[in-house]
Amino acid sequence: MDLAAVIVVETVYAVASLILISAGLAIVFGMMKVINLAHGEFMMMGGYATITAVNLGINIYIAMLVIAPIVVGLIGLLVERLVIRHLYGRLVDTMLATWGLSLFFVGIVTMIFGNTTTGISTPIPGISIGDYQINGYNFFIVIISILLVLLIYFVLKGTRLGLIARGTMQRSDMAAALGYSPDRIYMATFFVGSALSGLAGAVLAPLVGLVPSSGGAYIAKAFITVISGGPSVIAGLISSGGFFGVVNQFFTFAISPVVGEVALLVSAVILLRLLPQGVTGRFLKGKL
Amino acid sequence: MTMNRRHFLTATAALAGASLLPLSASAADTVKLGSVLDTSGIFDAYGKPMDMAMRLAVEEINAAGGLNGKMIDVTAYDTQSDMALYTQYGRQLTQQDEVDVVHGGILSASREAIRPTMRKTNTLYFYNVLYEGGVCDRNIFINGVTPAQQVEALIPFAMNKAGKKVYVLAADYNYGQITAKWIQKYVAENGGETVAVDFFPLDVSDFGSTIAKIQAADPDLIVASLVGGAHLSFFRQWAAAGMNKKIPMASTTLGVGNEHKVLTAEEGDGIMVAYNYSQELDTPANNAFKKKWAEAYGDANGVHEIAVSNYQGVLTWAEAVKKAGSTDRDMVIEALESGLSIEGPAGTVTVDPKTHHAVLDVHIMEFDGQKMKVLETLKQRQPIDTQAVCDLEANPNDNQQYEIKF
Repeated sequence: MDLAAVIVVETVYAVASLILISAGLAIVFGMMKVINLAHGEFMMMGGYATITAVNLGINIYIAMLVIAPIVVGLIGLLVERLVIRHLYGRLVDTMLATWGLSLFFVGIVTMIFGNTTTGISTPIPGISIGDYQINGYNFFIVIISILLVLLIYFVLKGTRLGLIARGTMQRSDMAAALGYSPDRIYMATFFVGSALSGLAGAVLAPLVGLVPSSGGAYIAKAFITVISGGPSVIAGLISSGGFFGVVNQFFTFAISPVVGEVALLVSAVILLRLLPQGVTGRFLKGKL
Repeated sequence: MTMNRRHFLTATAALAGASLLPLSASAADTVKLGSVLDTSGIFDAYGKPMDMAMRLAVEEINAAGGLNGKMIDVTAYDTQSDMALYTQYGRQLTQQDEVDVVHGGILSASREAIRPTMRKTNTLYFYNVLYEGGVCDRNIFINGVTPAQQVEALIPFAMNKAGKKVYVLAADYNYGQITAKWIQKYVAENGGETVAVDFFPLDVSDFGSTIAKIQAADPDLIVASLVGGAHLSFFRQWAAAGMNKKIPMASTTLGVGNEHKVLTAEEGDGIMVAYNYSQELDTPANNAFKKKWAEAYGDANGVHEIAVSNYQGVLTWAEAVKKAGSTDRDMVIEALESGLSIEGPAGTVTVDPKTHHAVLDVHIMEFDGQKMKVLETLKQRQPIDTQAVCDLEANPNDNQQYEIKF
C-alpha cells in the first residue's frame, strides 16, 4: 500500500517535471514556430545562475524563482535581438543557428565554471510515507509545475497582453495592421520562453549534478513532449506530459529505468504515427 | 678572397654541418618522454592534473641530475578529448619525435587507439589510469587499480559494517558491467546476497523510482559504481529522500574526480570508498608531494587519484631507466620485470612481472566533511583479475585485452 502511494507520487512527479522542462519550449516552438535547439542550454544556464547566486549567499528560493529566470530571460533577449529575429519563418536556418548557439553556450560555461560537476543540495528534507522515505522536493516541483501551467493559462487567456500575443502568432500582418508591432511581441514572447527554460533548469538544479553539457539530457524529452502535444500550448503540454510521464514510470517500476526511457520513446513514435499533428491536432481542438 | 663555386659549396656545407651539430649533440644527451593527454575538452578535469603531475615528476628528476646524467625532455600533445587525435599524435610521437617512452591515454578507448602503434614501433608505453583490467601486452605497463583490487578490499569492509544484503547500482558500459560482476563475486564469497543489480545509461539523471525500488528490496548496503555528472544526481536524490541516514553506501567510483567536494558534507558523509590515493593520506611521502605540488601550482586541491597514478608511472619508468643504465626498450622492460618498486605519494608501487600491472596499497576511506578519511590500509594488493588471465612470462608475445570471466 505504501509502495502504491510512492509510485503515485513518483508518477505525478514525472509528469510535472516533463511539463516543467517543456513549458519554455512550448512557448518558443509551439507559439513562435522557432526550433530552439539551445533550449537545453538555457536550462543548464538557469541551473548555473541558481548555483552561483546560492554560493553568493542569496536565499535559494529567490535564486531559483527570481534570479535564474531573469538572467536566462535576458540572455534569451540578447539571442533574439542578435540572431533569431533575422531568421523568423526560416525553420531550418533557426535550427542551425540555435544549434551553433548551444555549442557556444556549452563552451562559454565550460570556460567560466570549468568542466567539473557542481550542484547544491535540496532545501526540503525527505518525507516518510509509511515505511518509505521519499524526496520532499518532488512535491515542490509538482506545485511549481501546477502554478506555472495556471499562470501561462491565465496570462494567455485572461490578459490583453496574452490576447495580443496569440493574435500576433496567428496573423502577424493583421496584428500589425491593428497597430501592434510584431517585432516587439516576438521579442517579448521569446524573453518569456527563455525565462521559463531558465526557471525549469533552476528548479531542477538541486536534484542533479550539473555540468556544462547537462542540457543535452533535456532537449530530446522536451521536444518529444512539445511535438506530441500538438498546436495547443497548455492542453498539449498537459496531455502529452501526462501520457509520457505515466508510460515512463509504469515501465520504470515494472521493469527498469532503461526500459522506462525506451518505452517513452517508443510510445512517442507510435503516438506520432497515429496522430501526426500531435494529441491536440485531433482532440481538444481549438483549446488553449 | 675570390669566391668560386667550389669554395662557396664547401663553405655552405660546413656551415650547414656546423648548424646541425648542437642539435644532434643535444638529442644524444637528453631522454625523450612523450605524453598524450586530454588537457582540453570534456575530459580535461582528468587530463589537466595528470599533465601537471607528469611535469612535476620530470622537474624533480631533472633537478636531481636527470637520468644517468641525461636530462628528460618532454614532448606533450593535447588530444582535446578527441579519440581520433590519439592515433595521430601517437604516430607523431613514435615516428617523428622518436621518443623513448610514452605516458598517457585516459579513457580505455584512447589507450586502445595508441597501444598498437606503440607495440609496432617498439616504443615503451605507460598507461597510468584505473581501468577495467585485462590488458595483456609486454610493451605496456599499467599502474592504476583494477576492479578486483578495489572491490576485494571494499566489499568485505562495507559488508562487515553494514550487513549481508547488498543492492548494486552500476553504469551501463564495460567498466560498470565488469565491476558489478566483481562486486557480486565478493559479496557471495563473504557470505552475503546480492538482492538486485541495476544498470543505468550514462545520461540517466532521475533516480526517484530507483530509490523507491531499493526501499522495497530493503537491503543492508548499497554499492554504487555510477559514473559522471548525471549519475551524481543519484547521491543527491538519495540524500534528499533522507535515505543516506538509513542505508549505508559504498562506491567504487565516487571521489576519483573529487566528487566528495561537489556533494555537501551532509549528502556525502559516511559513503565508503577504496582507492590507491587520498589527499588525506597522512604519510611523509604524501605530505611532501602535496607541498611540492602547492609550490609548483599554487594549491594542491586539484590532486586526484589518476594524477597521482601518472606521477607514480613516471617515477616507475625513471627508476627502471636508472637500473637498466639505458633507455633501450628491452633493457628497461627487463629492469621493470625484475619486480622493481618505488615509493610514491600513495605508498609502495611494485611492478608485477607477470601482467605488467601494479601491486599497490589500497586505502579504505570514508567521506567525512568533504574529505576522504582513511580508515584502513591494505598493503600491496595484487592485480588478481588480470593475473587470472594474463601471464607475460609464459606468453611474452600475447597481445590482447582479455574479458575476465568467472
